[in-house]
Amino acid sequence: MADWLGAGCLVAGALLSLAAGIGVLRFPDVLDRMHAATKPQVLGVLLLLAGVALRLRTPDDIGMIVLVAVFQLATAPVAAQMVGRAAYRSGRVDRSLLDTDELADEG
Amino acid sequence: MKVALATVLTVLLSVTALLALARMYRGPSLLDRVIAADVLLNTMAGAVGAEAAVNRHATTLPVLVVLSLLGFVGAVALVRFAVREEP
Repeated sequence: MADWLGAGCLVAGALLSLAAGIGVLRFPDVLDRMHAATKPQVLGVLLLLAGVALRLRTPDDIGMIVLVAVFQLATAPVAAQMVGRAAYRSGRVDRSLLDTDELADEG
Repeated sequence: MKVALATVLTVLLSVTALLALARMYRGPSLLDRVIAADVLLNTMAGAVGAEAAVNRHATTLPVLVVLSLLGFVGAVALVRFAVREEP
């Protein structure tokens, strides 16, 4: 039972990674690509790790997997935010794609 | 089941890695390549984990810790470099 659940988690995680890959290739500018890369990527890696944990099922391995998951959750938003800030500051944002620009100095 | 699972995971993760490589090749800016490298590294971490899960061994789990930290350090270093490059 846990094996099948783990296999399902592995396939779902791989599908989310694939979504991230498609988004990174197809989306038009840096912010869109960062968005496409980060969100399904993090959930995809977490699902893959859950699949690994469900198939290994020993406390030592689960501890290591939790460590990896915590690192992912702590570092992925920071890296994405730094990429987004660098993109905005160096003017690589396509303004025709923005609805509102909340960082602009308009008053 | 094991062979089918391994095949499905290999196909999905390989296609993801190829898409990320295509974006890394096409650019156009350093930031796009940083994002693509991040996706590629996370895909590699996922592939290492999937291999461990399919074959039921835990010898490669420390590699996952290293890969998840390496992606963060690499992305931060490259982004700092990209910002300093053009004032």
